[in-house]
Amino acid sequence: MSTTVRVPEATTTETQGVIQVHVPPHSIASELRAIRIVWRRDLIRFLNDRIRIAASLVQPLLFLFVMGSGLQRLSSSGTHGVNLKTFIYPGILCISVMFTAMFSAASIVWDREFGFLREMMVAPVRRSSIVIGKCLGGATVACTQGIIMILLAPLVHVPYNFVLIIGIFGLQLLLAFTITAFGVMIAVRIKQMQAFFGVMQMVVMPMFFISGALFPASGLPGWLTVLNRIDPLTYAVDPMRRLVFNHITISPIARRVLDPGVSWWGWHVPALLEAGVVVALGLLMLTIAIWEFSVSE
Amino acid sequence: MPPSSNGSQPAIAVHNLVKNFGDVHAVRGVEFNVAPGEVFGFLGPNGAGKTTTINMLCTLVKPSAGWATVAGHDVVKERDDVRRNIGLVFQDPTLDTYMTGAQNLELHAELYGIKSNLVAPRMRQVLEMVGLWDRRNSPVGTYSGGMRRRLEIARGMLHSPRVLFLDEPTIGLDPQTRRSIWSYIRELKEREEITIFMTTHYMDEAEWCERIAIMDQGEIVALDAPDRLKAQIGKDRVMIHTDDDQAAIDALKQRFDIDARIAEGAVTFGVPGGEQFVPRLFAELGVPIKGVSVSRPSLDDVFMSYTGTTIRDAEEDAAKNRNRMMMQMMHGGRR
Repeated sequence: MSTTVRVPEATTTETQGVIQVHVPPHSIASELRAIRIVWRRDLIRFLNDRIRIAASLVQPLLFLFVMGSGLQRLSSSGTHGVNLKTFIYPGILCISVMFTAMFSAASIVWDREFGFLREMMVAPVRRSSIVIGKCLGGATVACTQGIIMILLAPLVHVPYNFVLIIGIFGLQLLLAFTITAFGVMIAVRIKQMQAFFGVMQMVVMPMFFISGALFPASGLPGWLTVLNRIDPLTYAVDPMRRLVFNHITISPIARRVLDPGVSWWGWHVPALLEAGVVVALGLLMLTIAIWEFSVSE
Repeated sequence: MPPSSNGSQPAIAVHNLVKNFGDVHAVRGVEFNVAPGEVFGFLGPNGAGKTTTINMLCTLVKPSAGWATVAGHDVVKERDDVRRNIGLVFQDPTLDTYMTGAQNLELHAELYGIKSNLVAPRMRQVLEMVGLWDRRNSPVGTYSGGMRRRLEIARGMLHSPRVLFLDEPTIGLDPQTRRSIWSYIRELKEREEITIFMTTHYMDEAEWCERIAIMDQGEIVALDAPDRLKAQIGKDRVMIHTDDDQAAIDALKQRFDIDARIAEGAVTFGVPGGEQFVPRLFAELGVPIKGVSVSRPSLDDVFMSYTGTTIRDAEEDAAKNRNRMMMQMMHGGRR
């Protein structure tokens, strides 16, 4: 992703006089170019940030192996022979993607605090292009997190299987986009980095715990069931877990207990619809983010 | 709406421009034209409304009343057209310090839709102009303050704008760096056909401009070429230090019929032929003088003659007002 400028040494500009360039009126092509560069900037920044890359490697290991191995000792009877790490794997994958996506969205607040946002705000492009580029950038960075998690799959007894991997990849991609849109929607309203992290603590951790990343989403107390059903993360974790369970051999009891599926008023929500919910929420939040960004400043 | 009578359109035309923020009247009906190719300066203390005016001209703030055109386009109705034709260097830095200089410029080129095959040569040109070509692949975080400002000027020029806005381009830089920034701006002016609109509160910098508008409390109080503004004053500035300033002011009034006032801690007044006046002053004032300085009229004097205060004092007053307002708000909050 290096952007070294290639200029032949022979064509020094002194001899050519002033190069006049021209800014064209805005068009779909120019908006697409703007989207692409905003997207690419997120990648450049991610790749330049070694600490962030290291954190993205360490964090899922911590969740998966420390939490998974630790809780395994308590829950071996409850999981009916299924390794707890396998059970929480989809949930941990989703939360890792979610953290990364939220962190990417936070860069909007950062950019505002350090002035760079202004450079984008005064450019002759639609604000929506900036938001879309930002969401795609965040989603792409979060996706690398998802890919790391997919690579770890065999360590928690999830096999490398083409359909499984494509399915997981697709689901985490949708989730990455939706959560970035969610983060951007919040970030646009916030002026200080500290405040953003405060909001993140208040929003991300509850979404994680409520989503069923760590427990089956049935037989919960009523209040928790309600919260669980309105948590967007639920609709990414559940189909991903089903996908995983479809590709490992487990007992029917374990399947029933650990993969009850999500139901709305007793109606079992199919996996495709769940993915649709994630997409719909993502588009809704993207629309809100664009609207907020257009009216701001 | 904009004047288009004789074909040669002004680069910037401003008519009765007003901006209110609630009860605060930041800009109170300013009017001026800037000709193509002109270097036009806005001079005034902090809080005079310079930045608000610039923000209206570069479409970041909507005027409360009046209109303005930049490069022939209305700043409200043709916002995108204005944006395509202007370059901006803000008072506060707007660089991505995690990216290299080249990456910052490349991002700009993409946002402005510059033809791909021209990006690299144009980038090289502007980077060479500000002397940063060799540092293009270093992260901006490693640049000094002066280098960052130069990079911003290069970026502002990258898309060949017709009007370049520089809001306090040298603020916070040391004198040497300020000089070098100015030599870059002058070189730029020689090489490219461009109108430059800048704000400053450094008097010496304002003298680089072809015309200057002096702004105070949201209004333009004077507008002309620096030389002509100074010629209108026709007086040298004399500052004297005494043990009893009030007695000195009274004595000046009585013996010489001169209105003096205290500015920057000294008794200050304007008088034609300052050097010849000093011997008379010592002989006839009757108040012991500890020190005296005489200076040719500067833009500071112009500012003073129109506003009755020096820029520095005007800024201190503004700061005091802000503090007082904050105190009042705090006390009000407790009650």
